[in-house]
Amino acid sequence: MSAILQINGVSKSFGGIIANQSITLSVANKQITGLIGPNGSGKTTLFNSICGTHPIDEGSINFNGKEVSTLPIPAVAKLGLLRTFQQTHIYGKLNCIQNMLISAKPKNDSLFSIFNKIPLDLNDEAEHLLEFVGLYQKRYLRAGDLSFGQQKLLELAMALMNKPKMLLLDEPTAGINPTLINGIIDRLIKVNEEYGITLLIIEHNMKVIMNLAEEIFCLTHGKLIAQGTPKEIKNDQKVIDAYLGK
Amino acid sequence: MISNKPLFLILLSIGLILPFILPGFKLQLSIMWILVVLALTWDVQGGQMGYNTFGNIFFFGLGMYLCASTQIGMFFPLSEWTAAGGEKTFVHLPEQYFQGLTLGLIVAAIIPAIVAMVVGYGILGLRGHYFAICTLGLGIAAGEFAGGIELIGAGQGMTSPPWPKGLGDTELRGEFFYYICFTLMICTFLFLRWAYSTRFGLVLNAIRDNEDKAESMGIDTMKYKISGWVTSAFFLGIAGGLMGNMIGYIEPVETAFPGKTFGVFMVLMAILGGKGTLIGPVIGAIIFHIFKEGFWTFFLGWQYVALGALIVIVVVFFPEGIMGFLREKFPSKFGEVIDEKDRLSQIELK
Repeated sequence: MSAILQINGVSKSFGGIIANQSITLSVANKQITGLIGPNGSGKTTLFNSICGTHPIDEGSINFNGKEVSTLPIPAVAKLGLLRTFQQTHIYGKLNCIQNMLISAKPKNDSLFSIFNKIPLDLNDEAEHLLEFVGLYQKRYLRAGDLSFGQQKLLELAMALMNKPKMLLLDEPTAGINPTLINGIIDRLIKVNEEYGITLLIIEHNMKVIMNLAEEIFCLTHGKLIAQGTPKEIKNDQKVIDAYLGK
Repeated sequence: MISNKPLFLILLSIGLILPFILPGFKLQLSIMWILVVLALTWDVQGGQMGYNTFGNIFFFGLGMYLCASTQIGMFFPLSEWTAAGGEKTFVHLPEQYFQGLTLGLIVAAIIPAIVAMVVGYGILGLRGHYFAICTLGLGIAAGEFAGGIELIGAGQGMTSPPWPKGLGDTELRGEFFYYICFTLMICTFLFLRWAYSTRFGLVLNAIRDNEDKAESMGIDTMKYKISGWVTSAFFLGIAGGLMGNMIGYIEPVETAFPGKTFGVFMVLMAILGGKGTLIGPVIGAIIFHIFKEGFWTFFLGWQYVALGALIVIVVVFFPEGIMGFLREKFPSKFGEVIDEKDRLSQIELK
């Protein structure tokens, strides 16, 4: 399988803290890939580097045959590489439908498209996706009034509305009750299979990531220490040491 | 939403006949519509986009100076006009007056819009308090700057062209400017109503709620922020041009760039009515103007104390404004409903 995201020797440090140290990994197209590691191991920094939140110190990030490490955030997103946030980021004072409409990728994006009407058929699509994540009944409520878990689901639906090629999910199940987690896992698998979206998921919940991912990368202290199938990762001594301490 | 056609038409016709119902208040009513424009255009940034600006007064004053300078400069040498007593030497003929006013208002609309684009490109990247402070400086600097330019009368100001003699009395002048101000207000309102119904409106709201998210979803927020400011500057420039003509005398700090009166009023009016709504700034501006004129009439000497008390009451009891207050009380009237079909169904993913 070909790689959709190719990261080569990426390093990033903040002052004296080395958050990422020459990380090289590749994510296969249309596959679910996991990224694990103890707190502070540099997972979110890597996400930020990929999305263009901050420039990287060295290395290259190649998405779908295009170098993205030098592009600004919106430009990366337009290529079809979207992320969700660990702390949910939604538009609190807009209702769910509006949150969805604004997330759709506009058909033409020139200077004069600023005052374009929002196409009506987007409404159906928005409602369909809200139903998919179980928020249909609450579609006219302000997104800020939803519970934390519901906001996470809304954020997922918003990302899907944009029809990305690849989604970076930062802890999609953090702070969500255990029964709902199963629902989210099902949704993510469906997203991957039906919509053909490549997923790269940061997750602390081992049960979740072991069930979801086909391939897992493990970071510790900014370095990539292991990669492989869930089974290999589970039995990797370096991963166990990183999590339990040696 | 609350705005519907019959109500709008009734209000429109009231606005049209108002100068005949209250003939003594024509200037005050004209200024009221100017205030509505100020509140509406401030709300584009402060309400819809969540960027608190104190610098919008800059475009107001810029429009005022540009309009008057064009009106004069088209027919007479500007420097001689602004020299002591110069305005008495030169007299506009009626047709010169109207040609000048037309072109003056066009210039007063376009140049501030261009300036907003250039300045906006520089400072709209700032966020939150930094943006607010920066724009505050913009207004103050403009006042000082204008006070140093000899050509436009420097610190002692300049006279805008007086209403041409032999063209009716001051009553006609009052009606003339009333209807222009009213038209400007209606145009601003309708333009914003349309703009908020497009992608532009949604993106401004998205920037207000979470700019980081908007960027990470692939929206070029800068493009929308600049467009919003250009829109505001366009209408503010015309408002300034009209205001200069109505008052008749342009002074840099008190009339053109009055940061501590109009500059604060526009914020207050939008907040009073409910920022981030279309109708809120209109209601807020009208109520505010009535209160303000009342204070100036009945509490003369204490007017700023009364105004201060009003500000405190607004901020403490109506932090979300009148519209925000109503929305909190009657959310279902604003479309916030849970689908009745299965109100009880909580999220349950199976």
